[in-house]
Amino acid sequence: MEREQYLDLYYQMVLIRLTEEAAAQLYQQGKIGGFLHLYIGQEAVSTGIVSARLPQDRVITAYRDHGVAINVGIPAKLVLAELLGKANGVSKGKGGSMHLADVQRNFWGGHAIVGAHLPIAAGLALGDQYQGKDAVTICMFGDGATNIGFFHEALNLSKVWNLPVLWVCENNQYGMGTAVERASAVSEIRQKALGYDMPNSRVDGMDVIAVREATLEILAQIRNGQGPHFMEVITYRYRGHSMGDPERYRKAEEVKQWQENDPIGIYRRYLESHAIANAQDLDQIDRRVEQEVAEAVRFAEESPEPPPEALFEDIYVE
Amino acid sequence: MARITYREAISKALWEEMERDPSVFILGEEVGVWGGTYAVTKGFYDHFGPKRVMDTPIAEATIVGAAIGAALTGLRPVAELMTINFAFAAMDHIVNQAAKLRYMFGGQFTLPLVIRTVSGGGRQLGATHSQTPDAIFAHFPGLKVVAPGTPRDAKGLLKAAIRSNDPILFIEHATLYQMRGEVPDEDYTIPIGKSTIQRPGRDVTLVTYSKMLEISMKAAEQLSKEGIEVEIVDLRCLRPLDMEPVLQSFKKTNRAVIVEEGWRSYGVGSEVAARIYEEAFDYVDAPIQRIAQKETPLPYNRTLEQLALPQVEDVVRAVKEVL
Repeated sequence: MEREQYLDLYYQMVLIRLTEEAAAQLYQQGKIGGFLHLYIGQEAVSTGIVSARLPQDRVITAYRDHGVAINVGIPAKLVLAELLGKANGVSKGKGGSMHLADVQRNFWGGHAIVGAHLPIAAGLALGDQYQGKDAVTICMFGDGATNIGFFHEALNLSKVWNLPVLWVCENNQYGMGTAVERASAVSEIRQKALGYDMPNSRVDGMDVIAVREATLEILAQIRNGQGPHFMEVITYRYRGHSMGDPERYRKAEEVKQWQENDPIGIYRRYLESHAIANAQDLDQIDRRVEQEVAEAVRFAEESPEPPPEALFEDIYVE
Repeated sequence: MARITYREAISKALWEEMERDPSVFILGEEVGVWGGTYAVTKGFYDHFGPKRVMDTPIAEATIVGAAIGAALTGLRPVAELMTINFAFAAMDHIVNQAAKLRYMFGGQFTLPLVIRTVSGGGRQLGATHSQTPDAIFAHFPGLKVVAPGTPRDAKGLLKAAIRSNDPILFIEHATLYQMRGEVPDEDYTIPIGKSTIQRPGRDVTLVTYSKMLEISMKAAEQLSKEGIEVEIVDLRCLRPLDMEPVLQSFKKTNRAVIVEEGWRSYGVGSEVAARIYEEAFDYVDAPIQRIAQKETPLPYNRTLEQLALPQVEDVVRAVKEVL
C-alpha cells in the first residue's frame, strides 16, 4: 500500500466514528427517528474488508451499516441526510439508518431482517457467476444471524453451487443483549462452516491491517474459483445494540477493556511505529474529519424533506 | 389458434421466453432433472442445460432470496415454489424483501423477478398442501399477484410477467393443468393488472379468478338453461386489482356474486364486495354474495374436502339468491 492508502484507511475509520457520534447526538435531539445501530468499535472490520475489494465486488450487510456506507465512499452528508429522512438521502429518506445502499458503488444495503440478506447475497453471486463476471460478493452479518435458518440455507447453497461469496461474520459478542455462548451451540462461530465443508478463518477485527490482509488473500482464492469462504471477525461494539439499550447484559468494565484495545488507537500506533505517519499527521486528519462531519450535519439538517408525492414513488417500475 | 392445455401454455411461455432472452433462467425444487413436479419444465433441462434450469435444495427462503439477488444483477429469474403452501417458508423473502427492496432503497433496486407457484385444493393432499392463500400475498404493496384461469391467459400473462421489471407472484392452479383452451399461435402478452369479461351476460355479475372461473362457467351454463344470464368477470390479477370491468358490469346488473376458492374471511370476496359498495353503492339492488371455502383446515377425506370447497351448486344457489 502507498502511504496515502494507509492514511485513507485511518481517515475512513475516524470518519465512521465521528459521523456516528454526530448521529447519536442528532438522535438524542430527536432528529433521527426509529432505530439507530452504531458501529463504533467495529470500524476496522468494514474498513479492512471494503479496502480489499475490487470495484466489481459487491458488498451487502445487515442493519449496522453506516460503516460500510462510508467505506464504499458514500459522502457522510448523504448518510446523515438519510438518517434525518431527507429527500436527498441515499435512499431518498425512505430507508433510514438500516437501509443505506448505493448501487453505483456496488453497495447492496443495509438489511434489517436478521439473516434475510444472506440468501440474497447468494443470488448476487449467482448472478455474477451466471454472467461470467470476475466478481465476488462480500456478505457481512452479525453473530446473531448465524442461528437463523436463512444462514444455513444460504451457506449450503453457496457451497453446492460453488458461488463466489465471502461470508463475513462480525462476531461482536452479542446478538442484541444475548451473549454468543447463550445463543449459539458453538461460540467459535467459524465451526459452523465446517458442516458445509467450507474453508474458514478467524481474524482479529480490531486490527484493520489484519482484516485487510486476510480479506485480500481470501478474495484472491475465491476469484480463482475456490468457492465460498467463511470468515469470522472478532470485534466489539462499544455502544448498545441500538440507541436506548439499557445494557443490562454486560458490565461497564468489559466495555472498558475492549475500548483499551480500540481499533483506531491500534491503527494509530501501527502507523506511527511503522513510520508511515506521526501524531501530527494523524491529528490533522482528525481535524479534517471533524470539519467534514460538522459540515455534513449542517448539510443534512438544511436538506429538504421529501415531498408528499414521494409517498407513492418507487413502489413499482411499471 | 391451437387447443392446448394450461400446463402446455405455461410451459410454452417459459420455453419461448428462455429462447428469446438468455437472461431468463429457472430455479426451484425438481425443475431440472425431474422435469417439474407438475411437469411444466419437462424437457427444459436437456434443452437449456443445468446453468439455466437449476435444481435447488429444498430451501424455499433461499430459492426466493437467491432469485431476488440474481434479479438485482439484471437477470430475469423465474423461481418455482413447488406449491404456494411452501411459500410460507419463504414469506420473509416474498413480502419483506421482494415487495419492499425497490421502495425502501429509494428506487435504486430493480427486481425483474417471477415466482411461479401452485395454489388450490381438491386433490386430497391434506391441510398443509391444499391451501389457496392467494389473498394474503395480494395484501402487500410492492408485489404483483397474477392468477390466470385459462390457457390463453396463463401464457400471455406469464410472458408479460417475465418481461416485467417488477416482482411478480404467478399463481397457477393444481387442478387446471389439464384444462384445454384456445391459445394464439403467435407471440403475445396480456397486460398485468387487467380484469376481463370471460362471459357476457345481463342478469348477475359473477366475479372470480383461477380455478373458480371454471366452476363459475359451469354454473353459468346451468343457469343459462333456466334463462338466467350471468356476466363473468375474471380478475386474473389480484394486485393490482382492476375493478373497472367489475364496476361496469355491476352498474348494468346491479347484482354480484364473488367466487373464490380461499377462505371467506379477509378474502378476495371481501375486498371486491367492499369496493363495489364504496364505488357503486347507488347501484346495489341486493346484498352481494360471497362464495368461498368453508372456514376449516382442508381435510384429507374426499367427501369432506369437497364439502369444504366451493361447488357449482353453491354458485348457482348464490346467483338465484341475489336475483
